Amino acid sequence: MTDLVERLLAGDRRALSRVLTRVENGTREGRDDLRRLYPRSGRAHTVGVTGGAGSGKSSLTGALAGELRRRGQRVGVIAVDPSSPFTQGAILGDRIRMQDLVLDEGVFVRSMAGRGALGGLAPAIDDVVAVMDAFGFPYVFIETVGAGQDEVEIAGTALTTVLVNNPGTGDDIQALKAGIIEIADVLVVNKADRPGADVLVSQLRALLALAPGEGRDPPILSTVATTGEGVPALVDAIDEHRAHLERTGALGRQRRREARHQVLSTAQRILLERIRAGTSEEALAELVAQVAGRSLDPHTAAERLVGAGRADAG
Amino acid sequence: MTATHETSGAEETARKIRVLIAKPGLDGHDRGAKIVARALRDGGCEVIYTGIRQTPQMIAEAALQEDVDVVGLSILSGAHLELFPRIVEELTSRGLDDVLLFCGGIIPEEDTQALEGLGFSAIFRPGTNTGDIVSFVRDNAPAG
Ligand SMILES: Nc1nc2c(ncn2[C@@H]2O[C@H](COP(=O)(O)OP(=O)(O)O)[C@@H](O)[C@H]2O)c(=O)[nH]1
Ligand SMILES: [Mg+2]
Repeated sequence: MTDLVERLLAGDRRALSRVLTRVENGTREGRDDLRRLYPRSGRAHTVGVTGGAGSGKSSLTGALAGELRRRGQRVGVIAVDPSSPFTQGAILGDRIRMQDLVLDEGVFVRSMAGRGALGGLAPAIDDVVAVMDAFGFPYVFIETVGAGQDEVEIAGTALTTVLVNNPGTGDDIQALKAGIIEIADVLVVNKADRPGADVLVSQLRALLALAPGEGRDPPILSTVATTGEGVPALVDAIDEHRAHLERTGALGRQRRREARHQVLSTAQRILLERIRAGTSEEALAELVAQVAGRSLDPHTAAERLVGAGRADAG
Repeated sequence: MTATHETSGAEETARKIRVLIAKPGLDGHDRGAKIVARALRDGGCEVIYTGIRQTPQMIAEAALQEDVDVVGLSILSGAHLELFPRIVEELTSRGLDDVLLFCGGIIPEEDTQALEGLGFSAIFRPGTNTGDIVSFVRDNAPAG
């Protein structure tokens, strides 16, 4: 049996890993793989874990996966770190915080680089999540560094979004004011072993009370990711959010929102790739030079590129 | 404007070389490994870094899950002749026999042949220019 998709569906982890690469790279094989696997996806509970750099997202994701293993569940993890805007290289270090799980066959951790996606989420993230889902993990966690935009994006990718905050930083309340709180289904105060955790919890509660609540307020939980304190309650809250989605019929709406997001973001990606493929480097350089020299405005230049992409597609 | 690619070029994001940098054994510090990781990132690679005190199984399992093209091992403790064969064995048993292997750290000249025999394509000793490591990886990483 050499077909990678068949091997993947039979539970072969090496095949899963190979398919993840093909899908992430957006190769022709990867697109074929995804076409075959997509109908098998849609069962996993996808959970986004987002928050500032160093807030403890990786540690918490590891602790959550550990708790779910104790409950007999298998867990896929996708940890996204930014690529360097200069070299497009990346150092992906999230596994350091998930060492306990490395040899557990019920867990699969994959690191992904942002690869220059404008918002910070990797371009192929939805596709990679669908592959993990189709493999049969009942839970798929997606860790992303939050910088505003990505947090909103992750909410389009995951059923449940967990927003991680820390006491004593002061930034978080700022960020929350900027509207990010609206995407959180569960709020976490991690590093609750540090001073100020209770204050942060009451601040968050006050903030939620101010927000024009349309229905459900996200629960606020305190955790210490490094010891596991509060983690079982967080798993319960994540499960409860899914149950809530199912109870209220919001799950269907959320799935359609996800699908819409995926169709549009993929269309955007394909269009950009076509434009790039339909334009020689020289032609692009020529347009760029004209814009830099102010003999052409960026809008007209972009229109010309789009025109070239369309001609190529047709 | 003319089309430069007609088929796959339009559909593929640039393929990235993925490298696992690992520290097997009980070495307590990882300054060298981190320097190499940064150099490779600056050379455009995606570097998975797993931290210190990795067992052969942990290294092979990380290589499998991350589907890396290259594995670089850094070692200072002198245990390479004991640990590296076990790492190669763990990689092979997972079907990862096509990864490019290199190592660095404190490795006596007289061990070179043994390590080459195990499949290590390069050994970088203290004082190596990190640019040489980057060139080695970029020139030798298996395609696809
Ligand atoms: N004191 C304390 N430290 C923590 C906690 N959670 C994570 N850390 C530490 O915070 C640092 C960053 O954690 P990491 O999980 O890598 O954060 P990430 O960048 O958000 O993924 C590490 O040194 C962790 O050990 C916690 O609950 N309490
Ligand atoms: Mg992290």
